[in-house]
Amino acid sequence: MTALQVAVVGVLGLIGIGVYGLLITRNLIKVVVALQILGKGALLALVAAGAVSGKINLGQSLAVVVIVVDTVVAVVALAMALQVKRRLGTLDVKELSTLKK
Amino acid sequence: MVVLFTVLSAAMLICAFMAFRTPRLLISALWLAGCSAILSILLYLMGAYRVAVIELSVGAGLVTVLFVFAISIAGDETIEARSIIPKSIAVVISLVSIILLGFMTISSLVLLPATVEAPFSEVLWQQRGLDMVVQSGLMFAAIVGLMGLLAEAKAPVHEKQAVKAKGSQLTQPAVKATPATAHASQEVKA
Repeated sequence: MTALQVAVVGVLGLIGIGVYGLLITRNLIKVVVALQILGKGALLALVAAGAVSGKINLGQSLAVVVIVVDTVVAVVALAMALQVKRRLGTLDVKELSTLKK
Repeated sequence: MVVLFTVLSAAMLICAFMAFRTPRLLISALWLAGCSAILSILLYLMGAYRVAVIELSVGAGLVTVLFVFAISIAGDETIEARSIIPKSIAVVISLVSIILLGFMTISSLVLLPATVEAPFSEVLWQQRGLDMVVQSGLMFAAIVGLMGLLAEAKAPVHEKQAVKAKGSQLTQPAVKATPATAHASQEVKA
């Protein structure tokens, strides 16, 4: 097993943990944490793909885009979570479904 | 090298798992920062030096500060209720996604010979120039959206009027005693 194959196993683990976290958690801030873990998996996958194909600079430039987009997503999602906390008084995802009341 | 990659990957996965497993949000943010730091070491070992530095400063630094800021405002709320989706179904879905992704990637993981490639700055600013323009627009949109989301909600008009009236009562000078009021107070004393 080469080092790059180990890195790909790490990518698979990060994506699996991120998907599991998105499905299982009810806290809005934990949902953002799960999204961050998924983004880190994508980042490592891009760099590993660049290293495998011999175009590491292309992989790096795409990874920079992923980092920026991931950070913007985290900022906006945390701001929305704060607004939900102010208006509803909780961070529980289930309490957001107010249409059924 | 393989042993180092294995140890770092295992540590990164443990940090990622603990990040949403721990009940306290602040500790969760710290586990996520640890995951980012280990990921940046892995990126450095793979030869992606610039991305490793950016990930360490943005992923482990800025994003952690943002999380701590949000948690300090929202409070460290722990939700112990059961998850909406049963855990067994969540495990099956995540395992299926891992197996499918692994089947597609590991089988086609053939190391190609390194080709002569343009420098990083040329790739980033010229070959992927459109990406940089889109990123600039995205950051601007995020800042505008963030200002709108974090702005305090304006109080309704009747509340503003009530507050203004209360303030004017407090600042109004004491009423001077007129002859009529003085006479009334003397009658009360008598």
